Amino acid sequence: MIDQVQTLSVNGQKHHLVVSDHRTLLEVLREDLRLTGTKHGCELGECGACTVLVDGTPVLSCLTLIGSVAGRAIQTVEGLESDGVLHPLQESFARLGAAQCGYCTPGMLMAAAALLESVPDPSTEEIRDALSGNLCRCTGYAKILEAVRQAAGGAP
Amino acid sequence: MIGHEFSVVGTRRPRVDAGSQVTGRTVFADDIALPGMLVGRLLRSPHGHARIIRIDATRARSLEGVAAVLTGTDLPVAYGILPVSQDEHTLAVDRVRYIGEPVAAVAAVDADTAARALELIEVEYTPLEETTTLWEAAEARHLIHGEGVGPNIHRSAALEFGDVAAGFEEADHVREDLYDFRGSTHAALEQHSAVAAHGPDGRLTIWSSTQVPHYLQRALEKVLEMPAGAIRVVATPVGGGFGGKTDPFSHEIAAARLSIETGRPVKITLTREEVFYTHRGRHPVLIWLRTGFRKDGTITAMHLRTHLDGGAFGSYGAATLYYTGALQPATYRIPNYKFEGVRGFTNKPPCGPKRGHGTPQPRFAVECQLDAAAGDLGLDPVTIRMRNLVEPYSMTVNHLRITSCGLRECLDEAVAASGFREKHGNLPHGRGIGLAVGAYLSGAGLPIYFNDMPQSEVTIKVDRGGGVTVFSMAADVGQGSTSMLATVVGEVLGLDPAALAVVTADTDLTPVDLGSYSSRVTFMAGNAALQAAENVRSRVFEAVADELGTTAEVLVAEDGRISVEGAPDKSMSWEEAVRAAVARGGPLMGSGAYRAPDLAGPYKGSGVGISPAYSFSVAVVEVECDADTGQVQVDRVWLAHDVGRALNPLLVEGQIEGGVYMGLGEALMEEQAFRGALHRGPSLLDYKMPTFLDMPPVESILIESVDPEGPFGAKEVGQGPLLPVIPAVANAIHDALGVRIDEVPITPDKVVRALRDLAKGGSGRVGPDGIPAFDYGRLIRVDPPEGFGR
Repeated sequence: MIDQVQTLSVNGQKHHLVVSDHRTLLEVLREDLRLTGTKHGCELGECGACTVLVDGTPVLSCLTLIGSVAGRAIQTVEGLESDGVLHPLQESFARLGAAQCGYCTPGMLMAAAALLESVPDPSTEEIRDALSGNLCRCTGYAKILEAVRQAAGGAP
Repeated sequence: MIGHEFSVVGTRRPRVDAGSQVTGRTVFADDIALPGMLVGRLLRSPHGHARIIRIDATRARSLEGVAAVLTGTDLPVAYGILPVSQDEHTLAVDRVRYIGEPVAAVAAVDADTAARALELIEVEYTPLEETTTLWEAAEARHLIHGEGVGPNIHRSAALEFGDVAAGFEEADHVREDLYDFRGSTHAALEQHSAVAAHGPDGRLTIWSSTQVPHYLQRALEKVLEMPAGAIRVVATPVGGGFGGKTDPFSHEIAAARLSIETGRPVKITLTREEVFYTHRGRHPVLIWLRTGFRKDGTITAMHLRTHLDGGAFGSYGAATLYYTGALQPATYRIPNYKFEGVRGFTNKPPCGPKRGHGTPQPRFAVECQLDAAAGDLGLDPVTIRMRNLVEPYSMTVNHLRITSCGLRECLDEAVAASGFREKHGNLPHGRGIGLAVGAYLSGAGLPIYFNDMPQSEVTIKVDRGGGVTVFSMAADVGQGSTSMLATVVGEVLGLDPAALAVVTADTDLTPVDLGSYSSRVTFMAGNAALQAAENVRSRVFEAVADELGTTAEVLVAEDGRISVEGAPDKSMSWEEAVRAAVARGGPLMGSGAYRAPDLAGPYKGSGVGISPAYSFSVAVVEVECDADTGQVQVDRVWLAHDVGRALNPLLVEGQIEGGVYMGLGEALMEEQAFRGALHRGPSLLDYKMPTFLDMPPVESILIESVDPEGPFGAKEVGQGPLLPVIPAVANAIHDALGVRIDEVPITPDKVVRALRDLAKGGSGRVGPDGIPAFDYGRLIRVDPPEGFGR
């Protein structure tokens, strides 16, 4: 364990932290920065609950060592709103009941946000593919699918 | 207000907490961090069955950063969720009975130190022979513990309603089949977590991801030997429950005790592996089912035997056993019915309640057998069910009171929407369609511990600005109970549910609700909320009537105003009306309570299965099977559900879709599997569950039978829709390939095996071929209820 000063850019804000290099991005986000919107369901890269964006790409923060993301742009669910306005995905997830217990929701939102950045008008198959690494035990994915479609501008 | 057009009930609305959920602001138990908080961890047994010879925590205690270490003797009081099964200890005393059973607990300054401390605890075990199957348990060679009614036998039951022998005499056709329902687990995405803080005032607060704050408070009272009044339990929003967070758990009690010892807050969050050991999931059940039919498909008698593999402790198992026998007569009119069952102990994690609690296993058997019987008799699967459907407002042979019942409508609509009659038997080889029905309780009729108090209480407080706060101990486990409370109160008071404050699941602040289990919350807490809101409204109406010079009877509350019905110009705003009520009568508060009517029948065991109302469901599943690989792909599911009344159709659909999802997972892939006493894969990678790619479209069909006792006529939806899905999948596979897989989960290897058997001229069946003989104890004969004609 070597403590190092790391500069992290999270949701557009810079943080200078002294952290051990064996710690994961998930731990640093939740424990050091208290950004607890990012969840964990396994800490083994199996469930997708801890998905955040690094330079716009979805990554499993539980498998990401903190040193590997220094200086890169990290986005969490807390950074999805802009100027107090919900991201279209947040709005549609809320309106359409895409969250039940809500535990998988932050990771699901981040994976979906990355999809819509790269494919603004995804097909059903593209949505299912992009979110297939994010487990949900409540919804049967039905309302999540609909919420992503509508956020992408599909007819309600 | 029934009959009045609703302004809130029946409208599609987002959850009241949706904004928090989508912004990451919902605070789950593991999100809590308190000043000075320690990290707790549990040491778990590596043995399935062993004597503890010695535990030495000296080295762990002396590690820098370790604040406390507990072992079994520190918490000697036994507990368990049911008063009849007080067989668990927080940390094992003398003996371990399954791999993963907690043995010691530590609290340390951080997770690394806590993990190191666990390694330093020395435990010496003498391994004992393990009992890991029902067959071994029934042979009773190795005693797991002294609990229960016999060696390794937790409970047995033998009940006969009517005259089964005479019923079989009347039959033209009798089928006898064996089924095996392997166990599965909840695998909620949130790992269990608890934060405990014992203060200098002697009071203990625990925030826990629990479905049952009231029962957790009772367990803590007992084990910690503290007055209940000094214990505050707060159920944080539960990140998925499904029955998996309905027992009091070691990590909760250990966190509390560690906090008492150290004077600092302690958090214990389970790892995913630990969640698999904590379990309390679906019991594996071996089933023998014999049913007699007339030529036209009418059932003359049914005889069911269930053997439950309970794992190492009681948990809810005494109830689960009876649940396996309780609900068959709730869907079909069975004139003579016999149920025999046994729950054995094995050296595996304890089983308990999972969505459907003990009823999906026999439902699988009954629905598959009915399908097979229809084939035998030259009937179609719809007709044989129509012949036997239970009637609304009738008594069943086992003394269940059926009230509202939209089962016939569910069947009609699901069959019509799916094109079942056109498709069944007519799809190309490899494609098939299957059907099944189910019923479930809208809340267990009795509380877990005997008492004569209400099962749910709700209070409402209105402030001078018109703000309404609803207080209820109901724990939101994702099913939307908080939104349900806001919907009911909003409807009565004519207010937007999203504008109400709802304080839930806090034993210091909220009046008792027994918990989020047995699909009881909408019916019971909903009725309590309805009554509380009506009490508030009558205070407000009296004041408004006074102000407007009219009578309360002509007033209506809608859209934030109290008006004379039909004369909207004669009205007051809600805020003005509240102030008028406070001026006249002081603090504006209301309370309500619900207790189910006394429904128990005249026999031991009749407390399980009774409910003030039942939901009914019909599933139709269409599949495409690959005859080479045995892979089954579900193309579409139609699910018709009698929900009484849909208070919020958006959330009702969500429960149906989630129930279908979980049913499909159990039907095709989910299994809590063991090699001996060792879990085969305690991870989300090894425990297969449906992903986004596995989930077919679901067509929800809502049937509203308007229950006379439900709040605005509502019944349950959280569990019922799962039940028919599993047998509907099995029946669809039979339609597709001509094989019968009488064993769940229906994995590709079983399908291939059945196809090979069929090709060799066999029956094309895969399933169990025997059930151990067992003495179920003294048979209790029960006369059918009065008026149960034959």
